Amino acid sequence: MRSYVIYVGKRVLQFALVVFVGISITFLITHLTPIDPVEHAVAQVSTFGFSSPESIELLRQSLRELYGVGDNLWEEYLVFWQRLATLDFGPSLSAFPTPVSELIGRAIPWTIGLLTVSTILSWFIGNIIGGLAGYYSRNRVLRIIGMIMMGLHPVPYYIVAFVLLIAFTFVLPILPSSGGYEMNMTPGWTLKFIGSVLLHSILPSFSLILVGVGSWFMGMRALVSNIVTDDYVTYASLAGVPERRLVTSYVMRNAFLPQITGLAMSIGAIFNGAVITEQVFGYPGIGRLLVEAVHAADYSLVLGITSIAIIAVSAAVFIIDIIYPLIDPRVQVTQ
Amino acid sequence: MIAVFRDLFRYNGEFAIGFMIMVIILGIAAASFFSPYEPIDSYLVAMDAPPSAEYVFGTNSRGQDIFWQLTFAIRNTLAFGFIVALISRILSLAIGLVSGYVGGAVDRVLMSINDTFIVIPLFPLLVLLYFVLRDDMTWFVLALVMAGLGWAYDARLIRSVMISLRTREFTNTSVFSGMSMPRIVTQEHLPYVLPIVFSTFMNNMNWSIGLEVTLAVLGFTDVDTPTIGGMIFWANQHSAMVSGIWWWYFFPTLFVTLTFIGLFLLSISMNEYIDPRSRLDRMGNS
Repeated sequence: MRSYVIYVGKRVLQFALVVFVGISITFLITHLTPIDPVEHAVAQVSTFGFSSPESIELLRQSLRELYGVGDNLWEEYLVFWQRLATLDFGPSLSAFPTPVSELIGRAIPWTIGLLTVSTILSWFIGNIIGGLAGYYSRNRVLRIIGMIMMGLHPVPYYIVAFVLLIAFTFVLPILPSSGGYEMNMTPGWTLKFIGSVLLHSILPSFSLILVGVGSWFMGMRALVSNIVTDDYVTYASLAGVPERRLVTSYVMRNAFLPQITGLAMSIGAIFNGAVITEQVFGYPGIGRLLVEAVHAADYSLVLGITSIAIIAVSAAVFIIDIIYPLIDPRVQVTQ
Repeated sequence: MIAVFRDLFRYNGEFAIGFMIMVIILGIAAASFFSPYEPIDSYLVAMDAPPSAEYVFGTNSRGQDIFWQLTFAIRNTLAFGFIVALISRILSLAIGLVSGYVGGAVDRVLMSINDTFIVIPLFPLLVLLYFVLRDDMTWFVLALVMAGLGWAYDARLIRSVMISLRTREFTNTSVFSGMSMPRIVTQEHLPYVLPIVFSTFMNNMNWSIGLEVTLAVLGFTDVDTPTIGGMIFWANQHSAMVSGIWWWYFFPTLFVTLTFIGLFLLSISMNEYIDPRSRLDRMGNS
């Protein structure tokens, strides 16, 4: 138990480091800008005519604090952290005066839902088929499945998503092309609404799974084909352990462990893919919100999403990391 | 060297296919030097002409010949991937070698920085950078930034190889025979590490091209420099799908996919070449 506490302590430190570096890079990037983003943004808002002087002043003040142009850099940095800690990014420019945190709060459940489901599915599908392909390396069907998965793996998300979009909404229009649920439907816990959400999530999650499954497949196949030649497997098979048990509890179980670490390491990349997928399928998550915010030149929203994304991704990695020793007892001893 | 190449070509199907794909892709990129048009000029030829004998891949709504556009786009896209991979390889090699060889506190510090860069989601950061720099975000700035952020994964790989090399017998022999540490690393260990660097080079090119295509499609790069993603961006801008100009999407998508598959096949064949067990297995089969 004590070693587990030490392990978690180390992970907390690493989590803090990731958030610190990520947010600092974000801060530095916004300070590279040659133009004065605050006056630029204020001018843009006031030309649209919502010119209540108080709200403009509120906007200017929050932007000043967020991008802090002109003041002492160190103080700005501290204020930036303070804002982040209270999740106060000021009002959004494109949806003025809705607060940025509210827009992000509305979008984030969609992204988390889509990502969690498709990541878990692709992890399990890829690992199980990959494990079988590594064990039965001469099986023809598994070889063909392997070739298809490996062929899809290097293709970027955008291309796969785009091809799927054309195939299932244009050539063969059976699935909805965009949105998180049917338009003019009121969100709620009704059966019809949930059905519509599921129907709309088929294409985005399918494209994420299609691309994601390949790397788990390859990793698992390589791991299993190494483990199969280990002495303990040979011994178990000579001792008459039934083949089904050999595959599941002797070979695959051990190969799953490094794949969990692999999952933690690839969460960031999976998130990148989700941003694109959401954009292609018009899915109402934070990826699409980010792209829209850039097009609308909404400074506070872009900054808010970037910061939240960094924290959310590192939190996901942290969670996987602290669950890991509960699955692999060896970690407690060594680390 | 030539013998290695011949063996790879003969016994490794992935290498043969990947190599041929890349020869075709490079050939098309090289054709850009003979293009009759400047890449950024528009309204030079008839608009929206489907593929024909005169315009092999058709023309687009901006009056450009898609074949010649594609030659420039592939050249720029490949050059982009190459620069990112080259710079980030130097970084990951340096960090991986130092971390693996020196060990101890240096290793721990470097690896926590390394893990930090693995975890941070790059895409929002790149978008933010574009948002701030706008027109100053040139092709080269993007390449530099991506190289500065994309070394971490492979640095870890190189480090783990380095740690295993350090504990081998021949390292001790070299130390006792009085070789200096830089010489041991460069002369004795580098030959083991280089194949891994090559294999990750291809993977890194795929990674950076994939991100560049994505950014460009969304319009978050310098879209006036023709790249594959830029071509798809302009096709989207002119709603080419709605007006039925499928060839404007089809050829860029086809060739970028081929590039990905080609680079990927080269990288996995390199991996198999590094692992002698799978190499023997393969030679025994054919």
